[in-house]
Amino acid sequence: MSHFIDRRLNPKGKSLGNRQRFLRRARGQIKEAVNRSLRERSVKELEKSGRVSIPSKSTAEPRFRLDPATGKREHVHPGNKEFSAGDRLRKPPQGGGRGGKDASDSGDGEDSFTFTLTQDEFLDVFFEDLELPNLVKTSLKDMTAWKYRRAGVTVSGAPTNMNLVRTMRNAQGRRLALKRPSTDEVNELKERLFALESVAQKTKAQRDELADVLARLEELEARRRWAPYIDPLDVRYNAFQPEPVPVTAAVMFCLMDVSGSMGEREKDLAKRFYMLLYLFLKRKYEKVEVVFIRHTHHAEEVDEETFFYSRQSGGTIVSTAIEVMQDIQRERFPAGQWNLYVAQASDGYTQGGDAQRCVQLLNEEVLPILQYYAYIEILDEREMDVFSDPDAGAELWRAYRSIKDPRFAQTRIAHPRDIFPVFRELFAKDRKAA
Amino acid sequence: MSATPKTPALLYDEAAWTFEDLQRAYDAIEVIALEDLGLDVYANQIEVITSEQMLDAYSSHGMPLMYRHWSFGKSFARDSTNYQKGYTGLAYEIVINSDPCIAYLMEENTMTMQALVMAHACFGHNHFFKNNYLFRQWTDASSILTYLDFAKKYVTRCEDEYGAEEVEATLDAAHALMDQGVYRSSRPPKLSDAEALAKVTARAEHERQSFNDLWRTLPHRTEAPEDEAQRQDEVRSIKLPEENLLYFVEKASPVLAPWQRELVRIVRNVSQYFYPQKQTKVMNEGCATFTHHYIMNELYARGQINEGSVMEFLHSHSSVVFQPSFDDQRYSGLNPYALGFAMMQDIVRIVEEPDDEDAEWFPDLAGRGDWRGALKDAWANFRDESFILQYLSPKVMRDFRLFALGDDGRKPYYQVAAIHDEAGYRDTRAALSQMYDLGLHEPNLMVVGADLDGDRTLTIEHRSVNGRKLEPRAKAETMKHLERLWGFKVEIVDA
Repeated sequence: MSHFIDRRLNPKGKSLGNRQRFLRRARGQIKEAVNRSLRERSVKELEKSGRVSIPSKSTAEPRFRLDPATGKREHVHPGNKEFSAGDRLRKPPQGGGRGGKDASDSGDGEDSFTFTLTQDEFLDVFFEDLELPNLVKTSLKDMTAWKYRRAGVTVSGAPTNMNLVRTMRNAQGRRLALKRPSTDEVNELKERLFALESVAQKTKAQRDELADVLARLEELEARRRWAPYIDPLDVRYNAFQPEPVPVTAAVMFCLMDVSGSMGEREKDLAKRFYMLLYLFLKRKYEKVEVVFIRHTHHAEEVDEETFFYSRQSGGTIVSTAIEVMQDIQRERFPAGQWNLYVAQASDGYTQGGDAQRCVQLLNEEVLPILQYYAYIEILDEREMDVFSDPDAGAELWRAYRSIKDPRFAQTRIAHPRDIFPVFRELFAKDRKAA
Repeated sequence: MSATPKTPALLYDEAAWTFEDLQRAYDAIEVIALEDLGLDVYANQIEVITSEQMLDAYSSHGMPLMYRHWSFGKSFARDSTNYQKGYTGLAYEIVINSDPCIAYLMEENTMTMQALVMAHACFGHNHFFKNNYLFRQWTDASSILTYLDFAKKYVTRCEDEYGAEEVEATLDAAHALMDQGVYRSSRPPKLSDAEALAKVTARAEHERQSFNDLWRTLPHRTEAPEDEAQRQDEVRSIKLPEENLLYFVEKASPVLAPWQRELVRIVRNVSQYFYPQKQTKVMNEGCATFTHHYIMNELYARGQINEGSVMEFLHSHSSVVFQPSFDDQRYSGLNPYALGFAMMQDIVRIVEEPDDEDAEWFPDLAGRGDWRGALKDAWANFRDESFILQYLSPKVMRDFRLFALGDDGRKPYYQVAAIHDEAGYRDTRAALSQMYDLGLHEPNLMVVGADLDGDRTLTIEHRSVNGRKLEPRAKAETMKHLERLWGFKVEIVDA
């Protein structure tokens, strides 16, 4: 009257279709939530899957309900201690109350709906804003680079991977062990048979021999069928095992102007810029270090929290940041062992004459040992129109225009979607290499 | 120190289980369930699944197949987040009212838990599904899986043909009216529309066999004339007021395309299928809990499980039937397992060892001497509301220390209406019974008029009980969905 079925190996993810429908429906709210959580995440945490809260209104499933604030009703509760009939209890403020499960999970009301996005889903939403080319998206989401290498032989596999030498060797061993009649033996008998049959008038001895040859031939053929030349048992395939491609270490220097002119919006944009570069480096290198250097007229290495959230007053001298970076690099990240990347964000202002010093430092000392130097100038949305001419702009921008090194890239941004172009070269190079 | 002698009769003696253990335990449980308790069950199909698959099953009402809709994705997102963060555990089992009765066991369960779950689901719930009058009258256990399979394929086909968004809009609207998509007082015209289903599947089959690519490109947006005529006949035969809004809309809506009517019917049938479960939570869980409790104790009495297993069983049993007090942090209403189990144990007590109070309250039951028969009567012929009204004894009310709290929406205080004393037993019991009367807690809406020849306004009457009104915001939102299905103006009037 019963039977057991083991379903554990059935495919999981039966709800995937439903989940995608849900994400599509709440797309707008999810995007907002992801952007909110970007602010809370550190650059290195970007890749973790994340809990997001969206207002439940967008995915509400309304039903006709009775208003708990109207009419009369009775509730029965357990655990009476001191009440008698007729006792009155003041209602807790806000009218509602316990007992019912009013507006809890029904999705009504103002409460929010919290759930977890997988890493893939999270990155999808993150990329959407940045308007990345699709190919880059896939290469960023790709976990690690794998290379297949030989790993012995197996008994199952694709025909193209068949190992002929091994297969034939096994077959030969088996043929020897099972004493498979060789083709020579058979041919010899056949020749004899032919010779005998071509005799027109056979003697008794010849007839006997013919019968004997036929019987032996039949036996040999049977043995040959029974022990085939190649048996499925003999077949061996080359096995391949995926192995992560050996990668080296990279360090990413985040340079940012934190003087008063850099507000919350500017820092937010800068953060995405760093995040994108980090994500890229993370794909390419096994180990990625991040160094945060902030500067006003004076530069120092700080932790991420301070980097993004504390403010300093003072003038702006960009070259101090580059000098601090050089010191740190010489001390901790020798160029021979580390791939060096620099991401600099600023609003473009620096003290008179300093821009020239920066260009000189970059050209003569920094760029020769670097992999890539990306500079973004963060503008107001209105300024963006004014500075549509690449030659106009703040002092630092104009000075940087003179750098001709291919490892240097600069762009102006006012929206998240402007960030990607600064990395275009970098990603393109990566694609060519891959 | 001596190791516990291994009794040959022991069904298992380790926490880890194998399929042989499961089969042995199942057989032993079956002997007790059928021969001792005399339960009457559908054949069992027991499926072992992983916790991830359990989460999958959760999101679609526990059904092994279901059509696709974002709301299931939403509940999946919520359930899996809650589970991963450790806010909630997973159920040990899910059981489906179908023939054969499908029960899911989680692979993480220990062997004792598997035995408990089998007794609980494969015999307790299973017996209840097969025998309770609501399930017998309103659901068709043998065809539900076939029907859901049809529904799933149908929805997918509609998505391919008319676009996922169109389908979603119709399903959303139908879902909003799910609670009004059941027959409460009247019997459904046909048992889960078996005939109509046969017709649809036959037509789909015919299309499949006479597949023609040319035909496929023609839009199926219009109704065949004979279908239309038949539907109009059905519309005419509807006697107002009609309580099943989804049924009315499905038949009479002037704007729905045939495939949209079919989608509405699918939602309505699913809603109807689950309606008995909503009305029998206490009884269903009580029946299953009573059954597993009896069977596990009996297994121990027969020497088929050891002390360790019994301790494990008692531990999880007592957390299942734990009832926190109203002022406890953990309180979230009455626990249907606790109430149902206590009432059923109490019936056994009244039948076996009645006292004077029982003789006065339950003259037919007290000392009847056949508790198995008495319980089976109760399981077969009641739903929560009537079961409580009939069987809740003063002793159980005292044990739970029940009290009824009156809430008049306008007044700033609650008033204790009755407590567990001589004067209050009947009132408390009546109040508790009403809490389980869905008719009082779900809005009572009826179609009273549809001006089909005029401006096609649909008039719906809200029959308010105890002065309770519709929640205005939810009402406005839901009305939009109703208007989408109806296509014209909809009015709700208070009776």
